[in-house]
Amino acid sequence: MQKLEFIIRRIGTSVFVLLGVSIITFMLARVVPSNPAALYIGPRARPEEIARVAHELGLDRPITVQYLRYMNELLHGDFGNSISTKRPVVQEIKDRFPATLELLLFAMGLAVLIGVPLGVISALWQGKSIDIGVRTISIIGVSMPAFWLGLILQIIFFRHLDILPLSGRVDSDLRFISPIEPITNFFLIDTLITQNWIAFKDVVWHLILPGLTLAAYPIGLISRMTRATMLEVMGQDYIRTAKAYGLPPAFITFVLSLKNAIGPTLTIIGLTMAYALTGAFFVEIIFNWPGLGLFTVRSLLNLDYPAIMGITLFGSIGYILINLIVDLIQAWIDPRISLK
Amino acid sequence: MSALQIQQDEINKELVLQGEKPIEKIARIIIRDPLSLASLIVIILFILLAIFAYQVAPYPAQGAGKPSVSTTMLSPSQEHWFGTDRLGRDILSRVIIGARPALIVPIGVVAFAVLIGAPLGAIAGYKGGWIDETIMRVTDLFLAFPSLLLAMAITAALGKGITNAAIALIISWWPWYTRLVRGITISLKERSFVEAARATGVRDSVIILRHILPNTISPILIQATVDLGTVILAMGGLAFLGLGTQPPKPDWGLMIAEGRSYILNQWWIATFPGLAIFVVVLAFNLLGDTLRDIFDPRQYR
Repeated sequence: MQKLEFIIRRIGTSVFVLLGVSIITFMLARVVPSNPAALYIGPRARPEEIARVAHELGLDRPITVQYLRYMNELLHGDFGNSISTKRPVVQEIKDRFPATLELLLFAMGLAVLIGVPLGVISALWQGKSIDIGVRTISIIGVSMPAFWLGLILQIIFFRHLDILPLSGRVDSDLRFISPIEPITNFFLIDTLITQNWIAFKDVVWHLILPGLTLAAYPIGLISRMTRATMLEVMGQDYIRTAKAYGLPPAFITFVLSLKNAIGPTLTIIGLTMAYALTGAFFVEIIFNWPGLGLFTVRSLLNLDYPAIMGITLFGSIGYILINLIVDLIQAWIDPRISLK
Repeated sequence: MSALQIQQDEINKELVLQGEKPIEKIARIIIRDPLSLASLIVIILFILLAIFAYQVAPYPAQGAGKPSVSTTMLSPSQEHWFGTDRLGRDILSRVIIGARPALIVPIGVVAFAVLIGAPLGAIAGYKGGWIDETIMRVTDLFLAFPSLLLAMAITAALGKGITNAAIALIISWWPWYTRLVRGITISLKERSFVEAARATGVRDSVIILRHILPNTISPILIQATVDLGTVILAMGGLAFLGLGTQPPKPDWGLMIAEGRSYILNQWWIATFPGLAIFVVVLAFNLLGDTLRDIFDPRQYR
């Protein structure tokens, strides 16, 4: 029962936070700029045009009325129209998000596959040179600016070794050889469904460099967290007992220890994934990846307010949701978690 | 007993040494750890470079943005250690002068975030009740955004430029210090020296200023060191997007963006400013790691 109460309270807090986030976003779009209407219409607008737009947007109404109207639109899934593309912001996000999400999930997969084993190895050989090596990798990973690491990888793997493509999501010749049928817009899945192996290989090839670039930071955090929790768990009595009974070391490491160390690691995976969402924007710019990042940067530089606010809101909702899901999974796997 | 544990025990012993100021304690531990000491020296060197940028830079005018038509795109050489960029400007000079927005401004950002966040946290923790609730719910809201995304949106709303980017980062970072200081304050409130002060009728504002805030300095200092790496990366990111320092002035993030198109042939244009970010952030992270072993600020979150 307590668990259910925790879950309900946790969801309740998220709703409250979402409401607050919408207020801050609204303030950023409508209150901070000295003349929002002028920004909406662009730099070379005549005063009467600005007045007309101000009226159309309801900017001449009291601020609370404006907010309620904005909320009403949001609840109906209307984020407004982008100034530069004139299309609904929701549509722009929908079209571009699969590319970003595919990159994000690929990178997080890499980060878990690399980070967790590194952390385990590091903990098993604590204080040895392999441990120092892993910790060095992890601290380098969290210290690299993604937008710089991407460039360095391009120099090494494209310019010098010439084994991986420079940028983009697929090769530009692919549409003549073996075009991808967009079904889900996740190219890995689409090519698998249609058994388009030529395209599948091309998609994977294009994912490696941006995936590694985006994964660098999460790998650092995940390996560090896995190491710390593994050390903590391995120091406990029941592990000592298991060792004394002569249980196989592999069983002790992977079943008894890792299972109990996975909780805190899961939290850090959730947190880094939320972080990587913003990180993906930078990686997309470097690798010319046709996702949300390129759109975001263009919107930021063109002062495309509805787009900026839509993306900020969208990113925050994603962030809040990831955190919520992580908390719920933890409440589910760890019986000790209840009301806090 | 492993070397690490012995080291940890020594640190613990040191922590209970009576009559030593926390700052001295931190300083002593840094001096004993070669890696931390090296990091601290690197950080101090970069700060000095930034302060005396115009005296140190070999070509101060080019560093500040003056083009030099006869020297475009030169690879690293004796005259230009880091090469020159598209407008013929000496990259070493630009990296040195670019340390001001890229390193000194983030330090200022963290300082301001502490100045806003810490008193609010102390008030929230000390007063409790609805004041605490209100302050903490506001921090929850700000922490619900991915920090960099919020900073990007705020910079766009205020207009691009280094000052606005700094303001945006302060707005995104102060809540972390409120949370930290609130946690510490709550545990300090129960301690006898605070209760004694309260019992003798000392005003709340005096208790917070004289007894609570001074005791939060070393955890804040540690947290700030850990955060600085992230803030420098965030500032680099804003500059890279073109939201921070505006050309022709130099800034590490901006220089990477400028050198991006030439990365395959003129690799030095983007590589050196990126290396500068990496080295400085690495130094802060290494130092922060050691300090975090003494006192983990996260336990108060």
